[in-house]
Amino acid sequence: MAAPIPSPTGPAMPFVHRLREAVIAGLVAMALAVPFLGLRTVNLDQGLVVQANLAYVPLAGAVVFLGRLILGLLAAPLAKAAAPLATWRPPAGAQRLRPWGGPLLVLAAAALPFLPFANRYVIDLGTTALIYILLATGLNITVGLAGLLDLGFAAFYAIGAYTCALTTTQLHWGFWPALAAGGLASSLFAVLLSLPILRLRGDYLAIVTLGFGEITRIVILNWQGLTGGPNGVSGIARPTLFSLTFDRRAPAGGHTFSEVTGIAYAPEHRLIFLYLIILALTALAAYTVARLRRLPIGRAWEALREDEIACRSLGINPTMVKVSAYATGALMGGLAGCFFAARQGFVSPESFGFMESATILAIVVLGGMGSQAGVIIAALFIVVLPELARGFADYRMLAFGLAMILIMIWKPGGLLSGRLPTIRLSNAKPKPVAEAA
Amino acid sequence: MGFTLAVGTFLQHLINGLTLGAIYGLIAIGYTMVYGIIRMINFAHGEIYMIGAFIAVTTFTLLLGAGVTSVPLALVIVLAISCTFTAAYGWTIERVAYRPLRTAPKLAPFISAIGMSILLQNFVMLTQGARSKSLPPVMTGGITLWHDGDFSLGLTNIQMFIILLTVALMAGFTLVINRTALGRAQRACEQDRTMAALLGINVDRTISLTFVLGAGLAAVAGVMVTLYYGVIDFYIGFLAGMKAFTAAVLGGIGSLPGAMLGGLLIGLIEAFFSGYVSSAYKDVAAFSILILVLVVRPSGLLGRPDIEKV
Repeated sequence: MAAPIPSPTGPAMPFVHRLREAVIAGLVAMALAVPFLGLRTVNLDQGLVVQANLAYVPLAGAVVFLGRLILGLLAAPLAKAAAPLATWRPPAGAQRLRPWGGPLLVLAAAALPFLPFANRYVIDLGTTALIYILLATGLNITVGLAGLLDLGFAAFYAIGAYTCALTTTQLHWGFWPALAAGGLASSLFAVLLSLPILRLRGDYLAIVTLGFGEITRIVILNWQGLTGGPNGVSGIARPTLFSLTFDRRAPAGGHTFSEVTGIAYAPEHRLIFLYLIILALTALAAYTVARLRRLPIGRAWEALREDEIACRSLGINPTMVKVSAYATGALMGGLAGCFFAARQGFVSPESFGFMESATILAIVVLGGMGSQAGVIIAALFIVVLPELARGFADYRMLAFGLAMILIMIWKPGGLLSGRLPTIRLSNAKPKPVAEAA
Repeated sequence: MGFTLAVGTFLQHLINGLTLGAIYGLIAIGYTMVYGIIRMINFAHGEIYMIGAFIAVTTFTLLLGAGVTSVPLALVIVLAISCTFTAAYGWTIERVAYRPLRTAPKLAPFISAIGMSILLQNFVMLTQGARSKSLPPVMTGGITLWHDGDFSLGLTNIQMFIILLTVALMAGFTLVINRTALGRAQRACEQDRTMAALLGINVDRTISLTFVLGAGLAAVAGVMVTLYYGVIDFYIGFLAGMKAFTAAVLGGIGSLPGAMLGGLLIGLIEAFFSGYVSSAYKDVAAFSILILVLVVRPSGLLGRPDIEKV
């Protein structure tokens, strides 16, 4: 391990080297496999017993050996084949079509529930994906544009959801006022939370946001009187269309959608309606962000990300800029939370753990920070991949983790990092150290 | 009488807090060293600790099956095996998931680390089962320092073992960092990796060894927790990792004594808060104190303030 092993994509590595590398990888894999694959502790009535399945150990070694060898041999041809892709630019005419991309995408998405293959499952999946797109669009403002790493975004999601849950169940508000309240409450919280911590930088800020996320979750979990604790809140009001409900029978003094329009009642209508609401919210959020980026405030966000000192010397007030980034991001998180609560009809603290924050952050980073299209692609990936892998049931989260690592190694800037990160200002970054050593 | 009882309760919380703090501190060192050298939050470090605990359980069970009854012998074997294998995991993780991202944008290794954390958790769940593993008590007994009626102030052998071993490891570690060639190389890489490489330090090797050492310490913490609580599952790494990371930041990330101090503080806060106020909100207390400390001292208790260069 002392000798620097040449990178697998190196120009012309002799086959012997590759073989040696693969053998080392295989041996390491065998050593690692012993305590987990080779030996398995089993709970029996009289206590733990170790079962040995040592056959798995050489198997793991062989798989890693072959994988490493094949990958090493294929890396060079693959890189060669993919080279034209990296330099590919859309033809000049395509640039003029760009402004139409967003609206076309929204129209296509709006048509989805009416397509022949759209069943309940597809619409539900689409709704979930859109919730994540909305969340990630919000976090993208904080992390991608303003460069403030936030590890507790699920707190805003939770506050939106619980505001909606409590206003509709306790105060008997309808969905729409509750939606506005959820967004505002979340935003207000973000302002309050961000004020004391604005002096912090980088990773210190990140850990404090993580702390806020956990505090929010623990308070919700333990404040039984208000939030119902681990049991959550149920009976949250469903969204209505101009006070028309999507139930089979009309509530007292109300009407249902099917009664008024004369369309025969179908349970799918509610799903389609929910899907269209979240689509509209997400499209609105994306449009708002696109416009904000061109306004002074949006440019100030990005400028602050690049260099805080330069910003200050140009007369930008970093406090206001940071607070506005948090508040705008949290607003979208709150709206998503409120919609989530109304869609489920039930909220509980479990939905807002750290893994939720990590997933949303993963969408932003995997997509390419600051890129709206990247957010959409990454959210679809994160939501749809585990669903596709449902057949493998137990292995899907394993594959999910692996995919996150592989994508980062393959594209460290995210899938769509076309907007060159202007973070290159301090480009005195060292060359890859492997070469220097 | 009432007064002495109050003092006794206080001391008991202190002992429990120190034990817990020692464990957090050992994990926190892994975070702080890695952060110091490559400026990266190794999110999978909590999982490393969990892996150490699982290897400890497997080894203990094997030793019991083989009829080893000498507790010190069993402890030495378990510590050695757990540290070795866990260190191998630490080395591999760095090699596979972080080294290719050494020069990538700052958040890329962090996301890779989250992926690694999910991967390891599920790997252990799939190979070892989702049910929690409980071990018969390996180390029993202790001394009663003082007792008064029903109340007795005790220090169990496990607690003594944990605190003493942590002190010894900390002392050893301080020596390694301050006096050995490896420690010098680590400090050099921490200051300037390019310059260190130009001066003939094998940077890759130094970083690898940092991960190995951090994983070794996390494995020790894993063994300790297995002994202390006797029950583990594949999910323990997450919370412990998060608290240890909090501890590292509280003490000033990148600072070795800071990590230990932060760990002790988090352990003590937890013990006292759950003893005197409410155990449901003990994590809220820990995080709130972290936030308060950072508001007053933005780079932690013992951290050096970042100097901004224009």
